[in-house]
Order: sequence, then C-alpha cells, then structure tokens
Amino acid sequence: MTTYRLPLGSPLQLLLLACSFALAGYAGVRLLADDWFGVALWFVGAAVVHDLVLLPLYAAADRALVRAADPAGHRGDTAGHRAPAAATPPPARRARVMYVRVPAALSGLLLLVWFPLISGRVADRYASATGMSGGGFLGRWLLITALLFGGSALLLVLRARRATKDRPPADH
Amino acid sequence: MERSPSSPAFWRSPLRGPWFTSLLGVVLLAGITVLFVTGLLSYAAYNPDLSPVNDKTPDKGVLGFYLFPWPTDPPWLYRLTQGVHVTLGIALVPVLLAKLWSVVPRLFQLPPARSVAHALERLSLLLLVGGVLFEFVTGVLNIQLDYVFPGSFYPLHFYGAWVFFAAFAVHVVLRAPTAVRNLRRMRAGDEGAAPPVSAEEPSLVSPDPAEPTVSRRGAVWLVGGGSLLLLGTTVGRNFDGPARRTALLTPHGGAEPGSGPNGFQINKTAAARGISAAETSEEAWRLVVTGPSGTVRLSRAELARLPLHSAALPIACVEGWSTSDQWWRGVRLRDLAALVGHEPDTAPDVLVESLQRHGAFRRAALRANQVRDPRSLLALDVNGERLSPDHGHPARIIVPAAPGVLNTKWVARMTFGDLR
Repeated sequence: MTTYRLPLGSPLQLLLLACSFALAGYAGVRLLADDWFGVALWFVGAAVVHDLVLLPLYAAADRALVRAADPAGHRGDTAGHRAPAAATPPPARRARVMYVRVPAALSGLLLLVWFPLISGRVADRYASATGMSGGGFLGRWLLITALLFGGSALLLVLRARRATKDRPPADH
Repeated sequence: MERSPSSPAFWRSPLRGPWFTSLLGVVLLAGITVLFVTGLLSYAAYNPDLSPVNDKTPDKGVLGFYLFPWPTDPPWLYRLTQGVHVTLGIALVPVLLAKLWSVVPRLFQLPPARSVAHALERLSLLLLVGGVLFEFVTGVLNIQLDYVFPGSFYPLHFYGAWVFFAAFAVHVVLRAPTAVRNLRRMRAGDEGAAPPVSAEEPSLVSPDPAEPTVSRRGAVWLVGGGSLLLLGTTVGRNFDGPARRTALLTPHGGAEPGSGPNGFQINKTAAARGISAAETSEEAWRLVVTGPSGTVRLSRAELARLPLHSAALPIACVEGWSTSDQWWRGVRLRDLAALVGHEPDTAPDVLVESLQRHGAFRRAALRANQVRDPRSLLALDVNGERLSPDHGHPARIIVPAAPGVLNTKWVARMTFGDLR
C-alpha cells in the first residue's frame, strides 16, 4: 500500500487561511450559541440549495428554452457531439430567444427576492404590523411580469419590422 | 467522465471565463464592502455599549471593538446608511447569483485538493458561499417580516456577517490581484485570450464551448438590468408620496397607510402591540419621569403646558425603509431632564420605557448626546395634529439620526441617569 502525501502548498496562503478560520471560529461559536443545529443547517443548506437545486433548475429551464427555439434536429449542444457549423440555427432565430429569456429572468428574479410577500405567506403579519394591505403583491408582480413580456414582444415586433424595411433586397 | 460535472467539458457555456468572473467579483468586492461597513454602522447606531436593553448581541467580545457614540448629526445619517445597506443589498442579488453561476464548475473540481493550502481554501469557500447566502437570505426575509430563520435576526445577521467577512477577506486577498489583472487585460482589448488563473488551477473557460446564445455584453446587461429593476422598484421606499409608489413589490412601498398628518409609514401599529385606548386616555395615562430630585408624574395636558418645540426629522427603520422629514412638536428631552434635577446642558443618558408589554425594544436607552440635542423631543403632535395611536399617542420619542426602534412610542416612563 502506497501512502499519498498531500503537499503543503503556499505558506503565506496557509497563514492567511489560519487567520481567517480563527476569526470565523470566534464569530462562529457565537453564531451557533443558541440553536447550533438550526443555524448550521441554514448556513450549509443555503450553499447546498443554491448550488445543487436553484442553479441546476434555472440552468435547465434556460437550456429547455434555447432548445425549444432551435429548429428540430439541431440539438448538438446536448447530445455530446458537435453540430456541423452549417446546421446551426439562423442567428435571427437564436437572437429571438433573448426576447423570452430576459423578461422571464427578470420576473423570476423579482419572485425569488419578494417571494414571502408575493406568495402571501406573511400577509396577515404585514397588515397587522404596518397598517397596510398585505395582499396586493401578487397582483403587482403579475402586472410587472405582463409589462416585461409585453414590452419585450413590442420590441421584437418593432425590430423585426425595422429589419425588413432597412434590409436592402440584394444584401443579407 | 465526459458527462460528469467534475469534467471541465461538462460545462459548456461560452460565457464562463476569467473576464466574467473578474468583472462580477470586482463589483461584489466594492458592493459587499459597503454592505459590511454600513452593517457595522447600523450596529453602532443602536448604542449597544450604552445599556444591555439596546444590545441584542451582548456576548460580542472584540467584534464590538469599533463602537462609538452614535451622533445626532446629520439628522438623516441613519436614514442614509441603512437605506444604502438594504437597498444596495437587494440590488446586488443578481450580481451575486451571476457570480456564483460563473464559478460553479469549481465546486465539482477534481482532485478535491491539490495541497493542504488548497484544501483549506476550499473549506473556506464553504464559509464564503454559505455565509454570503446566509446574510442575503436572512436580510431579505427579515425586511419582509418572514421570521423563519432559526433565532433572532440580530445575532444571526451580526455574527453571520463576521463569519462571512473572515472568509471574504482572505478570498479578496488571494483572488483580487488576479481579478484586477484580468480586467486590465480585458480593457487592453485582449479579452478574447483566456489567461489561466494560475498554472495549476484549471481554467473556467469551457474546453468544449456550446454555440453562444447571448453575447458577453448581453449577459452583463442582463445582470445589470436585473440590478436596476430591483433598485428602481425599491429605492422609493425611502421617500414619502409619489416616490414610495414606485417601490412596487417592497415592504413599506406603494401607497401610504393613511392620509392626512398621521398618514405616514408605521412600523408597528398600536393594535399589533396591544396598546388599548383605555390605557392611553387623558384620565389613565401619566408620564413618570425620574431623576436625582425625585419622580414627577405628568398628564398629557400638563406636558402640553410645558415649553413646546418643533423639529423636522425622519423615521428610519433597520429594515431599510424611511420617511421624509415629519414636523414633530413636543417637549425637549433636556427640558424633561431639568424637571427632575439635571442641568439641560449636562443632561445624562435616559432609559425610556413604553406601555407595550412585548417587543424587543419596549425599553430603550438614549445617550447623553442624544438627550442634550435640542431637536430630541418627547413629541405630542406631528405635522400639526395630535399623534395618532399608531404613531405613539399620547407621547413618543423622536431623536435625530437614531434608528427607528429607539424612537419609543407610547412612552410610559423615563429614568434619567440610571439605565438599569
């Protein structure tokens, strides 16, 4: 059996990291003083849920969207082989994905940040504390989402029309 | 290994690379530094070293090394620092998400450790990523009153910030020089070339990039656009009237809770705090003021016969919303100190107690510099009208530049010079 010895690495880096861990430990024992398990779960869980759930979810949604915009048969991206250059979808078609992607990303971002208010899960507490209605957030988010997609559609139509007008017949 | 995330070829996005990560990293370096400093300032603004009633993290030890008496000038100081803290934090969410996306291949990188230093750096990245998400998540939940996190917000957010900062500082020292070098190279027009982060570290650039679906410029615009959208729909919650209506999805955004002189934002209503009309009536309510010359009991009518003064001051909440200046009228705190045997110019600290029976700040201490400021009032009226129950009738504290929760409502008792 051979023993594998890990090299030490940069001594300066080691010193800096030791210093960092010492400070993190000093604050960490105070952070964990009350409910160590709950806090550790939230701390590590935040990283795990982001890296292994949220990120793969939105990446998969985006990939599905891009694939849906591609004409059938041009799926070289995901099948592990290269699509021949001539078979890539026309640039205009690919560019149009952005008109869905941008409003969807922005709307999703608002939902992610303001989920407690939009979902209504804190509506009663919010209304009782602030004297304001806790119920209007879902409607406002839907309206903003409608504006984002509507604005994007309008932009797409305007640009498409301008492109047809401006394009000289011989040149493309 | 072709299809496993630990293989560099698994990651196909042509966007990933040193330039994208460096750009987002430098933005976060500036932004998070501002968040950390304004966060520390917010803790100082509570004057936690003045009295245990102000301190939600009494076992802070050396982490409170920088504390200083919070000033009363400029009167919008806390409105600015805390407005920046929360508003900037919200606007940085898309930058943070993009940064984490740009480096996610590193999470799966093999071998797990090339050296002891590398192993420790990866462990430190858990504190960095876990820490930054913990801070953003607790902050974003707390301003929406969604208290699902395990414990009181104050210690979680404060100690969490220090754990995060420890990892952040070392990450900046180890990585910022590379990021700056990459950005310089980018500006010099050499952004196409992919400089290796280091000789031994695998590059973030995909060895087998997919067809681009968005330009680099387009991706930066999307992240920036997300930040601008969040900023644009949040910043208005720091101003009364039409500006607040632009804060469409934020707590304390939209329309004001009421109309007229008392129509401005309320942190906690009288009903939510269990304050009844019976205990605040002219017959029942008495203000008890204690000092070296004894104890004085005053009805609201008696208070109104003392010399009254005015001050235009905002309410600024730790949750990152604030009001414009309101026109308060009432008795100066220094004059109340004089009633119980202090010289107004040398008035001491005061402990203020509310009628409310629960709530983290039903008792709050104010420092001598706050008591002596002639704009610090025990207010009876606001904007020319009697205080409404929700704004603290019969009497409330208003102090320039103090965090909202130190402006105690429904004041029942004031003890000058003895904070126990």
